[in-house]
Amino acid sequence: MKKEDYMDIDFYDDRTGLPLSRREFLKLMGGGIVILFSVGDPLLLEAQRRRGQSLPDDFNAFLRIGENGRVTCFTGKIEMGQGVITSLAQMLADELEVHLDFVDMVMGDTDLCPYDMGTFGSMTTRFFGPPLRAAAAEAREVLIELAAEYLQVSTSQLKAEAGVIYHKSQRQKKVTYAQLTKGKKIVRKLKGKAVLEKPSDFTIVGTPVLRRDAVAKVTGEAKFAGDIREPGMLYARILRPPAHGARMISVDTSGAKKIRGTQVIENDDLIAVLNEDPELAEEALGQIKVRFEKLDSQVDDKTIFDHLLKVAPEGDIVSQGGDLAKGEEISKSVVEKTYLDGYVAHAPIETHTALAKIEGDKATIWASTQGPFGLQRGAASVLGFPAKKVRVITPFVGGGFGGKNSNQQGEEAAILAKLSGKPVQVTWTRAEEFFYDTFRPAAVVKIKGGVNGSGRITLWDYGVYFAGERGAQHFYNIPNHRTMAFSAGWRGAPGSHPFATGPWRAPANNTNTFARESHIDILAAKAGIDPLEFRLKNLKDERMIRVLQAAAKKFGWKPAKAPSGRGYGIAAGIDAGTYVAHIAEVKVNKKTGHVQVKRVVCAQDMGLSINPEGAKIQIEGCITMGLGYALSEDIHFKGGEIFDMNFDTYEIPKFSWLPRIETVLIDDREAAPQGGGEPPIICMGGVIANAIYDATGARLLQLPMTPARVKAAM
Amino acid sequence: MKKTIRFKLNGQPKSLTIDRERMLLWVLRTDFGLTGTKFGCGEGFCGACTVLVNNEAERSCQFPLEDIDGKEIITIEGLAKNARLHPLQEAFVKHDALQCGFCTSGMILNAYSLLLKNPEPSHKDIIEGMEYNLCRCGSYNRIVQAIQTAAKEMKGG
Repeated sequence: MKKEDYMDIDFYDDRTGLPLSRREFLKLMGGGIVILFSVGDPLLLEAQRRRGQSLPDDFNAFLRIGENGRVTCFTGKIEMGQGVITSLAQMLADELEVHLDFVDMVMGDTDLCPYDMGTFGSMTTRFFGPPLRAAAAEAREVLIELAAEYLQVSTSQLKAEAGVIYHKSQRQKKVTYAQLTKGKKIVRKLKGKAVLEKPSDFTIVGTPVLRRDAVAKVTGEAKFAGDIREPGMLYARILRPPAHGARMISVDTSGAKKIRGTQVIENDDLIAVLNEDPELAEEALGQIKVRFEKLDSQVDDKTIFDHLLKVAPEGDIVSQGGDLAKGEEISKSVVEKTYLDGYVAHAPIETHTALAKIEGDKATIWASTQGPFGLQRGAASVLGFPAKKVRVITPFVGGGFGGKNSNQQGEEAAILAKLSGKPVQVTWTRAEEFFYDTFRPAAVVKIKGGVNGSGRITLWDYGVYFAGERGAQHFYNIPNHRTMAFSAGWRGAPGSHPFATGPWRAPANNTNTFARESHIDILAAKAGIDPLEFRLKNLKDERMIRVLQAAAKKFGWKPAKAPSGRGYGIAAGIDAGTYVAHIAEVKVNKKTGHVQVKRVVCAQDMGLSINPEGAKIQIEGCITMGLGYALSEDIHFKGGEIFDMNFDTYEIPKFSWLPRIETVLIDDREAAPQGGGEPPIICMGGVIANAIYDATGARLLQLPMTPARVKAAM
Repeated sequence: MKKTIRFKLNGQPKSLTIDRERMLLWVLRTDFGLTGTKFGCGEGFCGACTVLVNNEAERSCQFPLEDIDGKEIITIEGLAKNARLHPLQEAFVKHDALQCGFCTSGMILNAYSLLLKNPEPSHKDIIEGMEYNLCRCGSYNRIVQAIQTAAKEMKGG
């Protein structure tokens, strides 16, 4: 793994690792065959170690073949719609030679599953996948050894197929996995020596399969955190400040206590009302009289960019080469632009939710979280419990997109359960979800680029402020270049942002790709060259050339200098090891500035695609979600006060916004699988900006490209 | 003042005595344990809480229980009959028209009501009829395809 693949991985929510000891773990297991394995690239583990985290004993994931022949994979990863409950099972089933229906996934349960950092960074398939396959191959070898003994033949004469081991030439000699595991208790640690299946032998991997959780989700049976019921449980509503940084002056909860069945909790700054009826809890909250003093902060969604530039720290060089002064000298045209991007919310349809129950010295929390182990640590800390006395169970998660790495609601439920002595559910309202969301940070990108008389990019001086550096580094063949990051992560030092910011689907890369691909287009127009041809001319990276050509072929790209009036745009990028190229067609209403995206083609090279159908769905999801940050999504605020409280003012994409979406997967069976849940979203700002320019000649330098901004630019 | 509300819920007669305004969403989720109906925004903008009231798609978070007196409610749990999925449910599975699944109940019930009124909807009719049900994962195009498939299926059957 290269440095740029792991440096932006988000570790903040992940304090010390908490492995089960081997003995504790084995106690939990029944009979059968268990393969223990470690997940993670040595570099990644090293990065963890440097952050002061202890590593799990000697394994951090495992699979079991039970005495009934069923296979279970235990993983701390969670399912939030991205489909890994299906793709991980596919990998396992293929390597172990069992039918997909014989695989059970146990996900995100801190008592049953070995330690995991969290589900983010498009890492599940990339880093969990390879050792999972290796473990499955090892389990298959163990089974074949057992079968050889059972059938009194040598292992080389045997072959596994669909949960049965056959003698290669005498098929009547056979034994099932269930027969072999019956009464056995075999534990092996992954040695990684078992021979993996050749990609050409895959029967399940690489084949489109439907979601395994679909039936539960269309019948209402699928349980999310808010659907868990415990006897005597109470619903909480918590008193919230009107603005971030506001200080409580006085509070009178006497009115709330008059609401039937209401329990009021006052614990320092935490004031909550609990009731077995969520509507009565709501009513009780409304009866609390409170005065807050707001901070005197004036920064708002218009002045934030000047503020950020003013407080920006010294920059760090991400990459550089050649000589900028010389680059400027040999450029025929030099263009300098500043790109702006506002705060964007995660806005999953399921708000942050958790139910906590405390029995004696043990707490159980059901939570909508992307990081069950992070919540385990956090809740243990607020409860004053040892972490192993806190069990976090993750039911289906109703969308995360990076926002559910933050576990505040789980800690709130835990402390309220402790203080009230009852199981307590905390479900954030939509306004709370917008208030406490860890927004994608507002950011500024400054670029100075130059092009010579023959259409070669000769200068690239790039500075990104506050977005983060993922995707900042360009991939064009530019002799004189420098990329700087001012404030490297997406959180920013205290005083930078008026509220919390954090990772948002393909963090930093949306902002960086918007700025880079817009600027490349500006240089192409300066050079008077078709934007596709200009990119190809300035590229050496073969994978990038291949995805651009694949997208162009699918789209039926006909070269023309922009603006051509056709409304065609192009953009490309790299994220989580995956290459993407998008081509879009837009229609701009010149009277209103409204942009309708008619068609988007996306070509993606993600190495081996485990579930091509799942990958395609992720591309569609990314393109759809990307329409939002490109066209409408922008948090309105002043100081610490968030004005957006629901989907009326914070508009996310709707049915009518949808373009025709076409995808091309460049399936490279011999290449390692790369991330799929995030990369196809990164081009959406750039591809639409470039298409708007092609349609109208107006260059948009700020996201989102609202009708007002489009109109102003024309 | 106490008032007894009588209605049919997924085909079964039910009654509930209330002494204040209660919204259908919370009654379904707490009193009846029908958690397939979801809370998404609480103000009727997202449609995750959509149920059928006399076959009309309604936002249950905005629907007072008093107004269902004498009416018939169908929730997502009541759509499959005799363990057989409804054609809309089948089509959502077949088209992979969901990801996280949180908006799915509302989508299916909104589509159900749409198809009752318009058994042969055009692409445009579907978009217009579904417009105010929100999905964050980005399954819109597949949902449209699923509804088209279900429409054909239901017409045939």
